[in-house]
Amino acid sequence: MNEISILMDNIVKRFEDVIAVDGVSLQVKEGELFGLLGPNGAGKTTTVNILCGLIKPTSGNAMVGGYDVQKENTKVKELIGVCPQETAIYPYLTGAENVELFGNLYTLDKNTLRVRQKMLFEKMGLTQDAKRRVEKYSGGMKRRLSLIMALIHDPQIIFLDEPTIGMDPQSRRAVWDFMVELKKESKTIFLTTHYMEEAEALCDRVGIIDRGKLIALDSPKELISKNNVRNLEEIFIKLTGRRIREEI
Amino acid sequence: MKLQRVLTLTKKELKKTFREPAVLFMIFLFPVLLVFAFGVSFGGLGKTQPIYATGVVNNDQENMANYTQLFIEALSNTKILSIQVYSDDQTAQSDLSQGKIQAIIVIPSTFSQSLTSYHLAPEDPSRWINATISLYVDKGSIVATQAIPSLVQQVLNAFVDQTQRQTLTPINMQIASLIETEQLSAFEYMAPGMFTFASIFIIMIVAQAFTQDRENGMMKRIRTTPITPTEFMTSQVLSYMLIALIQAILVFTTVYLIGFKPKIDLIVYVLAFMLVLIFSLSNVGFGLITATIAKTSSAATGLSFLFVLPQLFLGTFVGASLSSTVQIVDKFVPSYYVTNALTSLFLREATITSPTILLDFVIVSISCIAILVIGIILYAKYYKI
Repeated sequence: MNEISILMDNIVKRFEDVIAVDGVSLQVKEGELFGLLGPNGAGKTTTVNILCGLIKPTSGNAMVGGYDVQKENTKVKELIGVCPQETAIYPYLTGAENVELFGNLYTLDKNTLRVRQKMLFEKMGLTQDAKRRVEKYSGGMKRRLSLIMALIHDPQIIFLDEPTIGMDPQSRRAVWDFMVELKKESKTIFLTTHYMEEAEALCDRVGIIDRGKLIALDSPKELISKNNVRNLEEIFIKLTGRRIREEI
Repeated sequence: MKLQRVLTLTKKELKKTFREPAVLFMIFLFPVLLVFAFGVSFGGLGKTQPIYATGVVNNDQENMANYTQLFIEALSNTKILSIQVYSDDQTAQSDLSQGKIQAIIVIPSTFSQSLTSYHLAPEDPSRWINATISLYVDKGSIVATQAIPSLVQQVLNAFVDQTQRQTLTPINMQIASLIETEQLSAFEYMAPGMFTFASIFIIMIVAQAFTQDRENGMMKRIRTTPITPTEFMTSQVLSYMLIALIQAILVFTTVYLIGFKPKIDLIVYVLAFMLVLIFSLSNVGFGLITATIAKTSSAATGLSFLFVLPQLFLGTFVGASLSSTVQIVDKFVPSYYVTNALTSLFLREATITSPTILLDFVIVSISCIAILVIGIILYAKYYKI
């Protein structure tokens, strides 16, 4: 439980004249559910992309599962499961075929794939729709399927980039329950969200990021207590003078 | 390399091809429709008069009154025939079967004797020594079979007697290969090109697939898995080669059912399919180059025509004798060599070991692999795989 799963050491990422991530340092322990909060464009997705090895940081180091993200990228990819912000799914395949494809990319054997697939489809309430083409799915169903694709290989470290965005309350509740289950299995979860209630309900610790800078980092309770506010939303207003979801 | 990863992505690409109506249309139906459109609309492209390389085999060693030389000069003076004199029939036939020349005129040993007899007694056919000029025409060129015989006949008529305009002459022309070529329809002349151009639309499909996967985040998502760039590209190349194979089988079945039934050995079919498969590599390469340039899938569709059209127009109607300008430019597109080889194999009945087939095969292999490698390098430079 005390092993460090994710480590960011003074990570900076510049896109020409824009600084997307500005000197972020943090550690996420094994089995921890960590939430990175911030408004759209704060640098959450860029942070996830750096940790998954999709983009190189301009400076700083990142370690995932004890491996250097840049130097040992293949090792990192074998450990992680990523649910991206966009519903990246092949619409012309069925739900089951999308999941099988990702299972095969992680070289799961047929039996394991079948067992995991059955369990995850049941948990996400998609069993009845597994054989339907994804183009017929609703937005919420697509997001739940995307989550199954990220978890089919039973990864130890899970990156969930805004997993509940655009979901109906029922789907969101199902995903929340599932995240709690994953945490019980000692999975490390790195969650990005701009839903403060989601972070407050689920996360062991949260980091609040704004304009690339990490402006707060602690457990939700501690942050609320230290800042003498009622919830995380008020912390963001106190620290930045803006509402976290004002643009929505 | 993990075969499981390669095969799962290959399977995915094939499912996409068969499940997306737009892709299915573009890959399999559109080429067939275009064949018919071309058949209807194809005319003489360009205003430049085509020039037909024509071999002359001179069996007349007497050269009385230098008739043979004068006849060859008369042929050259047409400006349409580029005359090349051969010392033996075998070499000329070999060049004809490889498409190096479009026709062979065989001057008989009695040619000069015949003309001399005619000029000594122009009004008395009973005293003439008859002779027959044999003409072999490129069976792979519909224009050559139509233009060359009448042209040679006109030169012969004028040469024998320009002033008296007699229809009766001692020298006749026998068009040796026209006996067979008359059985071929315009559709059959186009058949080798059809095999080639069906695969050309893979350029558009590859460009669209890569840009779409970038747009919807699939490319990024795939990159979060342990798949290596080599595994990914192998799966893509393999799937599009399979699609090209299915296309070739479909096109062949269609043209076979319509009536194109070349009398060739199984090994020739195998070589023909191999050529189409290797050619598909260049189309994947051009598709990747297009996907590198295009920012969106709709832009990719438009930009892909930069590669589709030259491959289509310059390389799939080799037998149609395009303008002389085009005949120079088309040497720079891989599709030209594929169609040329297929025409030699199917229509000219060249053997698979003939120099032109081997040369075409080598050029197709080298150029297509080079284009694929360039495509992969360019794509990987601007977009990570």
